[in-house]
Amino acid sequence: MKEMLNQIRATALEKIAAGEDLEQIRIQYLGKKGELTAVLRGMGKLTAEERPVIGQLANQVRADIEAAIAEKAEALKAGALAEQLKAEKLDVTMPGKTMRVGHVHPLTRVQRDMEEIFIGMGFSIAEGPEVEYDLYNFQKLNIPENHPARDTQDTFYITDNILLRSQTSPVQARTMEVQKPPIRIISPGRVYRSDAMDATHSPLFHQMEGLVVDKGITMGDLKGMLETFAKAQFGEETRCRFRPHHFPFTEPSAEVDVSCFACGGKGCRLCKGEGWIEILGAGMVHPNVLSMCGIDPEEYSGFAFGMGIERIAMLKYHVDDIRLFYENDVRFLEQF
Amino acid sequence: MNLSFNWLHDYIDTDKITDVKKYCDRMTDTGSKVEGYEVLAGDVTNVKIGKVVAMERHPDSDHLWICQIDVGAEAPIQIVTGAQNVFVGAIVPAAVAPANLPEGKQIKAGKLRGVDSNGMLCSFGELGLTSHDCPGKEENGIWILDECYGQYLGQDVCDCLLIRDTVVEFEITSNRPDCLSVIGLARETAASMDLEWHVPPVSVKGTGDGDSIDNYLSVGISAPDLCYRYAAKVVKNVKIAPSPDWMRMRLRAAGVRPINNIVDITNYVMLEYGQPMHAFDYKQIEGKAINVRRAGDGEVFVSLDNISHTLDSSMLVIADQNKACALAGVMGGLNSEIENDTVTVVFESACFSGPDTRVTAKKNGMRTESSARFEKGLDPENCLPGLMRACQLVEMLGAGDVVDGLIDVYPGKKEQTILPFTPEKYNKFLGTEIDEQTMIDILATLECRVQDGKIYVPSFRSDLGCMQDIAEEIVRIWGYDKIPSSCIKAETTQGMRTPKQKLFVATEQLMYGMGISQIQTFSFISPKYYDAIALPADSALRTSVVISNPLGEDTSVMRTTALPSLMEVLQRNNNFSNQNVRLFEMATIYLPDADPALLPEEKTVVTIGMYGDADFYCMKGAVENLLKMAGVKAPVYTACTENPSYHPGRCATVTTADGKYLGVFGQIHPVVADNYGMNIPVLCAEIDFDALFAVCNTEPDYKPLPKFPAATRDYAFVCEEELEVGKIMSVIAKAGGTLVENVELFDIYRGEKLGAGKKSVAFRVTLRAADRTLTVEEADKISKKIINDLKFKLGIALRA
Repeated sequence: MKEMLNQIRATALEKIAAGEDLEQIRIQYLGKKGELTAVLRGMGKLTAEERPVIGQLANQVRADIEAAIAEKAEALKAGALAEQLKAEKLDVTMPGKTMRVGHVHPLTRVQRDMEEIFIGMGFSIAEGPEVEYDLYNFQKLNIPENHPARDTQDTFYITDNILLRSQTSPVQARTMEVQKPPIRIISPGRVYRSDAMDATHSPLFHQMEGLVVDKGITMGDLKGMLETFAKAQFGEETRCRFRPHHFPFTEPSAEVDVSCFACGGKGCRLCKGEGWIEILGAGMVHPNVLSMCGIDPEEYSGFAFGMGIERIAMLKYHVDDIRLFYENDVRFLEQF
Repeated sequence: MNLSFNWLHDYIDTDKITDVKKYCDRMTDTGSKVEGYEVLAGDVTNVKIGKVVAMERHPDSDHLWICQIDVGAEAPIQIVTGAQNVFVGAIVPAAVAPANLPEGKQIKAGKLRGVDSNGMLCSFGELGLTSHDCPGKEENGIWILDECYGQYLGQDVCDCLLIRDTVVEFEITSNRPDCLSVIGLARETAASMDLEWHVPPVSVKGTGDGDSIDNYLSVGISAPDLCYRYAAKVVKNVKIAPSPDWMRMRLRAAGVRPINNIVDITNYVMLEYGQPMHAFDYKQIEGKAINVRRAGDGEVFVSLDNISHTLDSSMLVIADQNKACALAGVMGGLNSEIENDTVTVVFESACFSGPDTRVTAKKNGMRTESSARFEKGLDPENCLPGLMRACQLVEMLGAGDVVDGLIDVYPGKKEQTILPFTPEKYNKFLGTEIDEQTMIDILATLECRVQDGKIYVPSFRSDLGCMQDIAEEIVRIWGYDKIPSSCIKAETTQGMRTPKQKLFVATEQLMYGMGISQIQTFSFISPKYYDAIALPADSALRTSVVISNPLGEDTSVMRTTALPSLMEVLQRNNNFSNQNVRLFEMATIYLPDADPALLPEEKTVVTIGMYGDADFYCMKGAVENLLKMAGVKAPVYTACTENPSYHPGRCATVTTADGKYLGVFGQIHPVVADNYGMNIPVLCAEIDFDALFAVCNTEPDYKPLPKFPAATRDYAFVCEEELEVGKIMSVIAKAGGTLVENVELFDIYRGEKLGAGKKSVAFRVTLRAADRTLTVEEADKISKKIINDLKFKLGIALRA
């Protein structure tokens, strides 16, 4: 019997190794009607001494055959998988299937970037009409009728009293009229000036202005705020330069340059060798403006600033012609 | 304002300004913005004053001359010239080789037809000058200098004739008309550079012959609201001549063309003192009287540039008994212009109202150097110093005899501005710690005297009127760059977008995600664009806000619809052969109020445009997504045949379930597309963003996930082509009530078997109960009801 068992094992392992059908082998040797089972049925005839020995051997044979089958099955599976993977190989250098993506307009992109910076500093976004009363665009901003400062902003008029806003500052006046300090707003939007279209001028462009009014606001605060903005917008290394200027609605007023973000201030083509790029007008809100908008300049002070979005977009993205923003050629738009 | 350093030197020791670039930077830093600077004749070297001591014909030429020129050296040098106006004894500019002339021209020694020539005799043009700079001199020959220069042989021509100069160009802000003058800039220079400066005293000798101005003239101001001061002097025995070189060169450096001594004096004083002057030819003033009066409506005036103007009563004129002789502060009249035979001159030095001068100049289309100054508001106290300086110059130039006596009518004298001196306030406001004495010193350099806690503001600084103005004066000289940067110390505020602004940004983001790129177009259009999109003649949208002074017709009205702008962009891209284009704009439109005195309503429209690989259902999908994002429940899409911009069979309006209009979309009418040169299907949508925001609900509301399985039933119905799928779907949804979870159209079939004009529409209906598993019987019951309802309501049956 011992020989029979060993014989069964040898034959079965041989067949497994030869690659015969594993299920067939399992049935033939290990199945209910299989050869091993048949041998074991003869166990009853054995003596009490032989029985455990043979039983142990039989179990061993069964285990060996099962293990061999499992091992072979595993090998076959691995081989098949390898085959499959090989067959499924792709040319990864072929272009991807395009998922169409829409592009943000570069002006929107700059505007949203700036909005995020100021929202982070506690600003809200204020909006106002583009077709505006002279009252808000000029008079409440300390620019009375026939003031020479009006010359610098050639204005489109609808009627004597209604115009296309030449700056987003009227939103500041409107905000101050209805909101008590603390005020921290930015007002981005379209403005209009009667400039013929060329590479650097457009009769319609975008500005973003900011206004802070509160108790104890200082000119140092204005510098600090704009420096923070400039670093966030143009990079940590950016420095600011404040030059005295005149705007009727601020006093003192400043023009603000940032260190050239192309050359870092050494002088290059972008900054025309100056090392500085003018991007902002700013100043402390004129007490007349505060008074006209119903805020007591003795109690409150504030600052305001404004910049052109096109200008910043042109500088940041090296766009050399302002008209590209309004032509909307997709070959241009897709670069943003 | 161009500042000549030669001129500035009269007031300040310019030799102490060693580095012009640094000077320019410092002036910019203190508020006088420098646009640039130029050294006139800066590149000219070795051009000397020479005297022709001998000349002979060139042996091989019938036009060349061989000249011996004394340039102050031991021996004369030989120069060959082709000019014919030289003569022995002539004083000439001689470029002695090697020499440099303007624009990089170099003069080297050489031979001219075999004869040595060691330089070149120059015309004034070759030294960069014009005939206005050198009156009476021959333009095409050598510049023959006045004999008086004979004493300077060998000296540099550019230095000797004051041609060489450093000119700094300033951009002066409108609040500082006082800086539109050499004196004003000298003051700023002194304050900025910490230099001494002084105004040389002005004195006029007069004739002392017993003659008086009263024998010539009286002045009355009948419009004192427009004229604050009018001062005048009379000069007799005038000899009109060119002004001297030094004066012409200074005018040239300032960018003003020299004319003659009297006119040049008026310009000189304007540039030096900032006081516009005018000179009348006395013989043209009728009645020995000047009246400063308003013009009559319709009064005709011919300005000295020979242009006729029709005036009105808002304008001020300087008139004699019978006529206007000048438009006050703007320009003199042709009738009283200084001419070569003028013998008696009236100098006017006046102060006119700024805003009114501005309006007058604008109305007559002539902004002059004078009006540009007056409109900024000049100092009436400056009238007399300017007038006296002019008379002093008359005497200096020997241009005439200044008649004794002065006319000075001064109805608009202003009180001096006195402001409290509040150093703590300035520091608190600026965020600085500038000490009091520094402040006082800075103010003193600007001629703001501080005494007993008060600041006495000089009359030429009418721009200083409040604490903030003084703070700026102090800090601009002290240095903006020294202000320490700080953080706001105040109540915190919450920064965030409003819900509408959030929806705006979310809409943009959704569009990008759907592969639609953003455009930005002009808000103003041509009214003709309404024709291009086939707006009916009686459409309310044709009433636009009209710009009264547009740049051109194309940008003359504020758009009431953003469709033309979108179409134009699509057209442009199509012309560029850009394929498969999908674009959107968050466009503002402007709907005028019935009352033109009120502002228009400004609304935002989301416009979407597509062509190429897009069809009606692509566009509808985009619109559906937008509405879904905005949380619009069960929007209703209705065929729209009446919108003339769109294809009558491929256009839909979308409304909320309760009928509120949200927008329109579809294929652009082929005729409209053709107007834009596009013969391909173009899809557009116009969604009213404000309406969308009004109904939007972007807060998600979680519903528990289904716990029980769904039953699905598929149906195919045959119906007329005309029957809208939407109607069938809504009947199905109603028939099943709350148990219908979803109705999905999965196939439309048309074919011969169905017959012409028929279609088969196939739906998969998903049924589910929230609280139980639907039994087969229940599902069958609903199914039967769906079929029955469709039969009775729409008359359609299952496909056999």
